[in-house]
Amino acid sequence: MSNSAAEVRSSNRGLHEHSEVARRKKEVRNNLLLCTPALIVLILAAAGPLLIVLIYTFLKAGPYGGVIWEWSWDGWFQVFLKKDIFDDTVSIADAHISIFWRSVKLSVQSTLTALILGFPTAYFIATRSPNTRNLWLFLITIPFWTNLLIRTFAIMQVIRDQGIINTLLINFGFIETPIEMLYTEFSIMLGMAYVYLPLMVLPLYASIEKLDFRLIEAAYDLYATRIFVLWRIIIPLVKPGIIAGSILVFIPSLGAYVTPRVLGGGKNLMLGNLIELQFGQGRNWPLGAALSITLLVIVMVSLLVYVQNLQRKSD
Amino acid sequence: MSDPISQRQIAVEIDSATKIFESETSSVTALDNVSLKIRENEFFTLLGPSGCGKTTLLRLIAGFEHPTSGRIRLYQEDITFLPPYTRPVNTVFQNYALFPHMTVRQNVSFGLEMLKRPKGEIEKTVDEVLNLVRMEELGDRQTSDISGGQQQRVALARALAPKPKVLLLDESLSALDYKLRQDMQIELKRLQHETGITFVFVTHDQEEALTMSDRMAVINEGRVLQVGTPSEIYNFPTERFVAEFIGDSNFLEGQITEQNETHVRVQFSPASAVELPSGQTLLSAKKVTVAVRPEQATLTSATEQATLQGVVKSMVYFGTHTHYVVELDSGDEFTVHLQNIRGHELHYENGSRIGVMLDPAAMQILKD
Repeated sequence: MSNSAAEVRSSNRGLHEHSEVARRKKEVRNNLLLCTPALIVLILAAAGPLLIVLIYTFLKAGPYGGVIWEWSWDGWFQVFLKKDIFDDTVSIADAHISIFWRSVKLSVQSTLTALILGFPTAYFIATRSPNTRNLWLFLITIPFWTNLLIRTFAIMQVIRDQGIINTLLINFGFIETPIEMLYTEFSIMLGMAYVYLPLMVLPLYASIEKLDFRLIEAAYDLYATRIFVLWRIIIPLVKPGIIAGSILVFIPSLGAYVTPRVLGGGKNLMLGNLIELQFGQGRNWPLGAALSITLLVIVMVSLLVYVQNLQRKSD
Repeated sequence: MSDPISQRQIAVEIDSATKIFESETSSVTALDNVSLKIRENEFFTLLGPSGCGKTTLLRLIAGFEHPTSGRIRLYQEDITFLPPYTRPVNTVFQNYALFPHMTVRQNVSFGLEMLKRPKGEIEKTVDEVLNLVRMEELGDRQTSDISGGQQQRVALARALAPKPKVLLLDESLSALDYKLRQDMQIELKRLQHETGITFVFVTHDQEEALTMSDRMAVINEGRVLQVGTPSEIYNFPTERFVAEFIGDSNFLEGQITEQNETHVRVQFSPASAVELPSGQTLLSAKKVTVAVRPEQATLTSATEQATLQGVVKSMVYFGTHTHYVVELDSGDEFTVHLQNIRGHELHYENGSRIGVMLDPAAMQILKD
């Protein structure tokens, strides 16, 4: 009797387990189905194009642009090395290296500039009354509605030899000849910092707005002067905003095309311009594709280093 | 520490401080000509309903706000306009305001680091203070990982670590549950004795104020109504608000019919009058209000001997006491708390005719 009872019990359990497995399978299938739209978008818009670019880096350049479907390392080779036209000696492509360096340097500089300008701005907005905050945010975002090219030309009007800054300085007698700002690395850096400033201000604002200002009072109460309150309390607490804002400015700066083109005057190329050159006049698509992948790698490596550094500091 | 408080040095002096908050649309007087003297190592409580200005007063002492007029002195030194980070005064905030990105230890050592104390001394002081609040084992925890009561202790330790001359506590116990609050009340008194620091405590809880304070100030609508020891405030309230806010009180309206050096005669109705010992207050008005605590009155069935007569309206048994509400012949209600002493229980039925006996020594004439 006890035997049969046990059998019934075990078969019951078996049945139960069976239905459990079926239920799980169904759940997995449903989840996959629900993910499909997102997966399709990701494959078509992100993974697919990236794969095409990656494949192009291993092909031969066509004589009038495009690619010839033959395996070749030429694209990657030319990213870092160059062959002399006359005697085939191989040397490092110092022009490319200097463009990489300039891109990274100017992007870091413009990120820092945007941070230094954006932090007080965001702090100012976050400490206004709730009604006026929206107005200030609105004013910050207005330039974003304007075409990038037009904003860049506006900066040009400000910093060129006969521009506002130089005219004012000369009229007030501070200088005699205009300071050369346009078509320098400085002008590119300034342009990028200006153009991407809202991308710094908005995430900074979001985290400063969440800041508990009573903590600042507590720090003042515990003998912290203003500079220490900023350094020990405010900055650590709004770090997520600083990270987000810096990433949002650094990445587009690194791949910027219009700003260095207009404000660099063609002599100060950045990675974006170099890539465009290969797909345009250079008619070297594999090199352009390889440079694009290189840019991607630089972005990823910089982000990893940046985030890891911050984590180590907070530990 | 056994010396009477009245002989100690004055730690904090608030000298006719007025604070007006101005905005475009309105101006609010938060404090109206407040003067207070708080003595060294005193547990001084600012008691009042929310919005009465007690927190503003605390913020003036801490330095977060500056008075519109008046002076604030700390051991005779004028600190009215000094910024908070230069005052040897620390605050335990209502919401604790612990730094969320620091551990318990880092929170406690923050003030000492800002004062640029040497490393070894900081370590030693932090250990001492964590010991004092019994938090020595949780020093390396993140402040978000500890309970509300523990956060309260950390906030206390953080404020005590720099050894301030005055410790300000802003409704610091109100977020805790009942049991924890009682523990912390005892803890605070212990700390006050062990550290010798002057405590200025803000609360809206009259019971807390009575049990903890050496002296207290009752504040309403930006004005200090009365300052005194808890028993002075409870037994001799000078204003109706004080008598109402602290404990329960019955109020009787009367006329002064006679007044000399020894007694004041107050007539409640043609049939009932009391003679009170004089000298309590200067009485210029003819009409006065007299406050009587419910436990200071007794009931009697011999109505003709009693000061007031009425009918028992309700009776509620509370164990140690029985609360009677008597509807007086004048139409007013009068509450009496009778102590239940075994063998001497008095019992009066609802609706029965009754007399209320008043002890002239336990009656208080109020200022209008």
